[in-house]
Amino acid sequence: MTQDHLEILLIAIVTASACALPGVFLVLRRMTLMSDAISHAILPGIVLAFFLTHNISSPLLILAAAATGVLTVVFVELLQKTKLVKEDAAIGLTFPVLFSIGVILISRFASNVHLDTDAVLLGELAYAPLNRLKLFGYDLGPISLYVMGVLLMLNLTFILIFYKELKLATFDASLAATLGLSPVLIHYGLMTLVSMTTVGAFDAVGSILVVALIAGPPVTAYLMTDSLTRMLIYSVVIGCVNAVGGYWLAYITNVSIAGAIATVTFLVFVVVFLIVPNRGIIAIALRHVRQKWEFAQTMLVIHLFNHEGLPEAQTESEIAHLHEHLQWEPAFSSRVVKYALNNRYVSQEAAQLTLTDRGRAIAQKALVQ
Amino acid sequence: MQFISYLFQNYYTLIIVAIGAALLGAVSGALGTYAVLRRQSLLGDAISHAALPGIALAFLLTGSKTPLILVLGAAIAGWVGTLIILSIVRLTRIKYDSALALVLSTFFGFGLVLLTFIQRTGNANQAGLDTFIFGQAATILERDVLIIGILGGVALVIVFILWKELKLLIFDEGFAASIGFPIRTLDILLTSLLVIAIVLGLQAVGAVLMSAMIVAPAVAARQWTNKLNLMVVLAAGFGAFAGVCGTIISSSVTDIPTGPMIILCAAFFVSISIAFAPKRGLIWNGIRQRKNRRSLKLAARRVLEHPQKEID
Repeated sequence: MTQDHLEILLIAIVTASACALPGVFLVLRRMTLMSDAISHAILPGIVLAFFLTHNISSPLLILAAAATGVLTVVFVELLQKTKLVKEDAAIGLTFPVLFSIGVILISRFASNVHLDTDAVLLGELAYAPLNRLKLFGYDLGPISLYVMGVLLMLNLTFILIFYKELKLATFDASLAATLGLSPVLIHYGLMTLVSMTTVGAFDAVGSILVVALIAGPPVTAYLMTDSLTRMLIYSVVIGCVNAVGGYWLAYITNVSIAGAIATVTFLVFVVVFLIVPNRGIIAIALRHVRQKWEFAQTMLVIHLFNHEGLPEAQTESEIAHLHEHLQWEPAFSSRVVKYALNNRYVSQEAAQLTLTDRGRAIAQKALVQ
Repeated sequence: MQFISYLFQNYYTLIIVAIGAALLGAVSGALGTYAVLRRQSLLGDAISHAALPGIALAFLLTGSKTPLILVLGAAIAGWVGTLIILSIVRLTRIKYDSALALVLSTFFGFGLVLLTFIQRTGNANQAGLDTFIFGQAATILERDVLIIGILGGVALVIVFILWKELKLLIFDEGFAASIGFPIRTLDILLTSLLVIAIVLGLQAVGAVLMSAMIVAPAVAARQWTNKLNLMVVLAAGFGAFAGVCGTIISSSVTDIPTGPMIILCAAFFVSISIAFAPKRGLIWNGIRQRKNRRSLKLAARRVLEHPQKEID
């Protein structure tokens, strides 16, 4: 692995961590699509700032684009406030319009310079190390590593300082407001961070895959835990795993790195979705199966309990009779009886079933419920 | 003579493109109405992004760039993406917006992986596949117009046939289910129609801007009426008009791409509608508020001047 590869990998990891942190709050606040809107809508900001500075890597570009991002949020909220347009439609209207303005500006006034929509939209991580920070003739490393590093620190500091406020505003906005915290202020603070992070990251991974970095890890982490702190930590870890895995995939197959990271993001989500305890698909399916047999056993003990000590108990407690009374297939009832015997709910003599004390307790409890 | 034939050829292309854009606008406007009313405006965005790997896979498997095959690939991928979104929402506690963002970005990323893979294998035939990301209305040919017309027409006919079922589905899903309509099937059908409208438009306006083609005409139409049938017709009209206007403007001014211009035209209709629409529009509302305030003031003054009389 050469220095170039190491640098790309490092940029990917730092970018993924920086994106995952604010992403957690977006996912919890049901505003994930805002990142999609912001990442597209920053295009005109970048173009206008480029006209002013004529320098693609000027810090002014990031500021202008971040301002456009916040403006997008304001615009969506203004549209919503007219009560003529619902939130989803407001988002779906705003960002394509801003994006269109950006595309038209580029093709009309900047078609001869190096600023094409391809680069903005798709990005290319492999070129990120080419743009280097040089001070007094010393090569200090790729610029985007510094940009993303600063953004990561910024996000981390914001979340650490305002952790309690963010938590409250996310889970109970009205309580936050009554306690004198301003949910609006926190909202815009968060949106500013998302905008800046998106702008910083689009250079490396492109504006659509930023969404994968922002939404993917938190959504995956959301399946794994109920605690906000853990969700933040898991998200960063998953983001890093995705970045490393994606980079490796791109390295061996020689495809777009950002695209490979997004692909791995989805694969990791699917794996977690399948195997995570309690909320995973496999866990849910297993629970359904277990509940089916538990319910059948409960039915069995209730049935025996109902007829216990009565004249008809003799016939009712025959295994063969279950088919008629509970409408069970013989194979099914013999399996239920087997499980119930294993659990010592019933005991068997010849074809007769008798309740044990334990089985009787289960039946009584089920009937009371 | 040469000049005349040159002119004719130019206009012929323009007319074809304009017809294609108009048809697209009409189909996506009419079907977008349902998406907007069901608050699924952003589903269009997800479908159009999720279609990219389908286009790349269709090309990889068949090696052909025939529009019909690519559209089919796009439709299958868009459809699969939508089903994944719906099942994530159904099976987990992940919310709709997060599921949408996840599928949208990761599918698109996978599409990018496939595109770069195709580029690397050096298939000389691959040029032009990425027009599906940004769209290139100028590449609309006669056969594309035919495909748009036929598939879009079929979609609209289905909407027409299932009019009352779909109407009930979008306005009162619970009631529709209780009187025995197969809402799950209808839901999937409606989403599939949306998928058709979107993949048809990908070539012209591209994945990024397609969502606006779904949302904008419907939002504009919504301001003018409270009736579904009128809204569908109006949305189709706005969509078609935006398509024609965008095509004409972009062809008469140099260096203005068609797709973004169509979107800006549609957005212009939205702003006009939001401002001026009777009964709902901002101006109308402002006037009504002022009137109300004035009559309230008058009433208050009357009460203050003759308190006894008003109470009697």
